[in-house]
Amino acid sequence: MDEYYQGEVPGVSDAGIEVSGLAKAYGKVVALESVSFTVAAGTVCGLLGPNGSGKTTTVSILSTALRPDEGSARVCGFDVVADAAAVRSVVGLAGQFAAVDANLSGRENLALIGRLSRLGRRSARERAGELLEGFGLTEAADRLVRTYSGGMRRRLDVAAALAHRPPVLFMDEPTAGLDPESRFALWEILRQLVAGGTTVLLTTQYLEEADALADQVVIIDAGRVVEVGTPTALKARVGAVVFSLGFTDDDAAAQAAGVLAGAGHRPERDGTALRVRAAGGSAALVGVLRALEGSAPEPTSVGVREPSLDDVFLALTGKAPVTPAGRDERKRGAA
Amino acid sequence: MAAVTIPEPTLRPAPGPAARLHWAVADGLTVTKRNLIAYSRTPALLVFAVIQPVMFVLLFRYVFGGAIKVDVPGGYVSYLTPGIIGQSAAFASFGTAVGLAREIQKGVVDRYRSMPMARSAVLVGRLVADTLRMIITVLVLLGVSVAVGFRFHSGAWQAVAMVALAVGFGVSICAVSAFIGFAIRDEESVASFGLIWLFPLTFVSAAFVPVQSMPSWLQVFADNQPVTIVIDEMRALALGGPLATHGWESAVCVLGTFAVFLPLAVRAYRRA
Repeated sequence: MDEYYQGEVPGVSDAGIEVSGLAKAYGKVVALESVSFTVAAGTVCGLLGPNGSGKTTTVSILSTALRPDEGSARVCGFDVVADAAAVRSVVGLAGQFAAVDANLSGRENLALIGRLSRLGRRSARERAGELLEGFGLTEAADRLVRTYSGGMRRRLDVAAALAHRPPVLFMDEPTAGLDPESRFALWEILRQLVAGGTTVLLTTQYLEEADALADQVVIIDAGRVVEVGTPTALKARVGAVVFSLGFTDDDAAAQAAGVLAGAGHRPERDGTALRVRAAGGSAALVGVLRALEGSAPEPTSVGVREPSLDDVFLALTGKAPVTPAGRDERKRGAA
Repeated sequence: MAAVTIPEPTLRPAPGPAARLHWAVADGLTVTKRNLIAYSRTPALLVFAVIQPVMFVLLFRYVFGGAIKVDVPGGYVSYLTPGIIGQSAAFASFGTAVGLAREIQKGVVDRYRSMPMARSAVLVGRLVADTLRMIITVLVLLGVSVAVGFRFHSGAWQAVAMVALAVGFGVSICAVSAFIGFAIRDEESVASFGLIWLFPLTFVSAAFVPVQSMPSWLQVFADNQPVTIVIDEMRALALGGPLATHGWESAVCVLGTFAVFLPLAVRAYRRA
């Protein structure tokens, strides 16, 4: 895959997204309490949250599949309820599952979606060829999709979402379940699309993914917006790295926590494990280890990792992410 | 991104009723074609879908048939054929429920709903494709039945009308299945729910045995339920006999089922 699809965006006065006070309940299960955010045209917004936080519900409302109980949303200036038909003509949706037909070839799938997106027979065919090339699927174009790998299916699914050249693309956990290589390939495609001017709303459970792609991150939990900011600002609050230290027993860990707290760090203890969030760099690690040296038990393990969604939640809300009824999975009964 | 024009699709005026009908038909046919291509690429599925009713024909013809006394020209095979064709047309609706549930579960419906296409296309495309598939099943069964001794004892148009009634009945059951598929939404659950509801309807009927052989309390149900009404009419068409007895009743059954369950299916689709 040398070449990627270059997003071509028809001129739009404002390809942005405005979400204001969205609320949605399924019976007694509240999926969204009140969600508001805006996405500027031509930028990537990462909607970050655990399972059941309302990510998929938000995307479903924005792509006109669901009606909100309260609140409103505009995509490219069109109201998702009052101007639903107009919204459909300017958005593309790549959902949690590769919604492509396994018994059709890649080319047939794209031509089908093109036809259903109101392209003429010839334009649908041409567009299919263009997308296959852009997504590195030309060689596999005439093979049935059931022979495709997971990564190829996902690429085809994103290609299908772009059949009618939508200026706004919604991606619901586009890389869930993909191997790292396929994930990076998809990220690269997204970057190219955004460089071409496409506005992208991306839901993800991975902070790393939001960090790699998003200009702005909206963190939601239990149907509410917890935090909005750039990935950099977010990481500054959470810490760029997390050191995890393992000890032989609880007492040793507690003792080490005391020592570190005395040295100006903010350790969080969980049984025999400690984690310390830091701004980053090897100097910070050396500082932590030096503080422990001689005055606390030796850690049995030392790990350095990127902050995870759990760390972000812990930092922002003081609690681990909650997973209520889990509407995101419940919706289609899959994990 | 400094362009200030609205994207081309939205420049179109809101389509009038004629244009909407045009797109509904065009999109319905596009989805039909997709479904037919998918069927043609899973021939094993088609073959198995036909083998089961063929086994029913052979079982009833040669195993149970000898013990079942009927009073129709040509003997039990004449009695059986309209019954088994009606039952198989109804059972063919299984694929409708499973197929639609799968499309919801796999996110295909979500994608379609985010697209500027006719919303009816998923249902229309599935029903048309499944109707064509059902016609093939019915014709194969008819051929097998003829091979094991079935003969029409009426005219050509009655024979065609019998096949048409069987297919019409099957399509009305497909509408029920579409509702089930959209309401349950989960492919595995739909598959295990399967044909449970059709078993009592098709077996507690005049499809395989004369209703008079059942206990009287069961006859009340068997005599007055749609499957008996439709199959009695098919039998009258195939073997000759008074057509009027069940003619309008079976039309009411078929059209009534359709009229009740198609809107229910559409409603369940909107909510799915």
